[in-house]
Amino acid sequence: MANAGIAALELLRAWVARTVPNEGGSWFEQQIALMFSGPTEKQLYIALGYAIRRLGKQDLDLNSEDLVAASTARPGWNPSDWSVDQAARLSFVLASDNDDGARFKARLEQLFRTADIGELITFYRGLPLYPHPRLHVARAREGARSAMQPIFEAVAHRNPYPMEEFDENAWNHMVLKALFVGSKLDPIQGLDRRSNPALMRMLCDYAHERWAAGRPVSPELWRCVGPHADRDAIVDLKQVLKTGTVVEQQAAALALQASSLPAAREALAEAPDLAKHAAAGEPGWAALAEAS
Amino acid sequence: MFVDSHTHMISRTTDDYERMAAAGVVACIEPAFWLGQPRTHVGTYIDYLSMICGFERFRAGQFGLRHYCTIGLNSKEANNEELAEAVMEILPRYALKEGVVAIGEIGYDEQTALEDKYYRLQLELAKELHLPVMVHTPHRDKRQGTLRSMAVALEHKLDPSWVVIDHNNEETVRDVLDRGFWAAFSIYPFTKMGNERMVEIVKNYGAERIFCDSACDWGVSDPLAVPKTAELMRRAQIPEEHIRKVTYENPLAAYGKSGQIKEEDWLNPPSIDQRTLYMGNSVLRGGQSPRIDEGKRGVDDNLKIS
Repeated sequence: MANAGIAALELLRAWVARTVPNEGGSWFEQQIALMFSGPTEKQLYIALGYAIRRLGKQDLDLNSEDLVAASTARPGWNPSDWSVDQAARLSFVLASDNDDGARFKARLEQLFRTADIGELITFYRGLPLYPHPRLHVARAREGARSAMQPIFEAVAHRNPYPMEEFDENAWNHMVLKALFVGSKLDPIQGLDRRSNPALMRMLCDYAHERWAAGRPVSPELWRCVGPHADRDAIVDLKQVLKTGTVVEQQAAALALQASSLPAAREALAEAPDLAKHAAAGEPGWAALAEAS
Repeated sequence: MFVDSHTHMISRTTDDYERMAAAGVVACIEPAFWLGQPRTHVGTYIDYLSMICGFERFRAGQFGLRHYCTIGLNSKEANNEELAEAVMEILPRYALKEGVVAIGEIGYDEQTALEDKYYRLQLELAKELHLPVMVHTPHRDKRQGTLRSMAVALEHKLDPSWVVIDHNNEETVRDVLDRGFWAAFSIYPFTKMGNERMVEIVKNYGAERIFCDSACDWGVSDPLAVPKTAELMRRAQIPEEHIRKVTYENPLAAYGKSGQIKEEDWLNPPSIDQRTLYMGNSVLRGGQSPRIDEGKRGVDDNLKIS
């Protein structure tokens, strides 16, 4: 197991141990020992199957120290909304790894194939912790195509894996799909770093589709437009700046602020009050995501 | 509040989910069955089982219903031996999934030797995994098939209070109750039970170990059968506590033995579910008492199913 996986497994074990009462906790540790010893497939899926029955599904309720420990063990790892069954199941999966990448991948695929919805969420959330990250790209993309929003979000939200492993096409479609299914963009890690001109164009086209249908456009969309805006995009942003709701206007101003085109400066000059706040980074994309 | 303990929701539309939720159905159970035509590969069976504990559970949650399922090899497909053997191999992988409340629906169709073999094997699996059993009684030669289902379950030493005999009618109910099994009635136009007949049954037999379900599927069937029957019983002056047992408490008690379905699931769901899977309305949160008259909402005056 890679070092990050070992460190993550230690944290997961500690969190499970302090969350569940004694009896469940000792069952959990027995299973972990079994997983380290090289379990049969049946032993693994029985452990996974009994996880909720033995441990429940209460939140881990991690504190800020835990989250620092998480991101130290594995940069970008954010288990802030994980539950105990998820931690336990991923502990089993990680502990059963015996440094054979192909075998791990085959086993993980098998688990995905026969997973229930809670397990799907769990296994996708585990993506940043698995060894040989490259091997799981196709699987991660499958999750990002899901018609089930919680599955999609298990890949897209609070997960460093897509930012690190998705190519531009996969990335762009994940961001567009987030808007499409009504998921927020702000919890997507690397949103600003991975934005690109092709995505900017897809998003502006999507905004036009929404406008043509008389439907609202998420203010968050403009976040990935601003830094790569072309002249057409500036026209769109000017329109939003003039006629949008308050939140949309704030978003357009922030997007224009992120553009280096002179036309963007000119557009902002026409709305000095919004421009002043945007220059100070207010209200910020996280706040706009909350408000939208 | 109602529990519909037999629904094939994969065949139903979003309209049905909306109407069920509006009528007060809070939970539904999807028994693994055939699809109207037989499967020919274990792979399609795997995808089906994944679907009823995956996408369908998600879909129900979007409409505020909690969705559970049963796992099993049905009697019709038990007659394809090659398929049946392969399905038996994979059942243990699914039987412990979250929200699996029983092994079922299993039993007899034409009462063949293969049906008998796989029924027995699955009774043993239910015992091993401490799960209740949902028995599908045959449409043809029903009385004999029902008696045989029970005799075999008892031969395998199953506790009858862990076994639901489904699709009963006037001809089978007495035998089922006398032997200590749960007696479920599928309110289903044309082929099974009309709901006026159901009212008579509750009048005659009371509400102990009796409950009704819609068995709604791809055929002509009514996903509002449980709330409609409740209203019909109410108009027939059946006591409220009996109505509540027949449409809510009894299926909950029977399948609740699995530990996988609890009132808390919809009254006060775990935080993780509220964030991800269950878009329930927050009308009933912990401590509030459920209102029995909720079922009137969304049910029009055309109550009879026959």
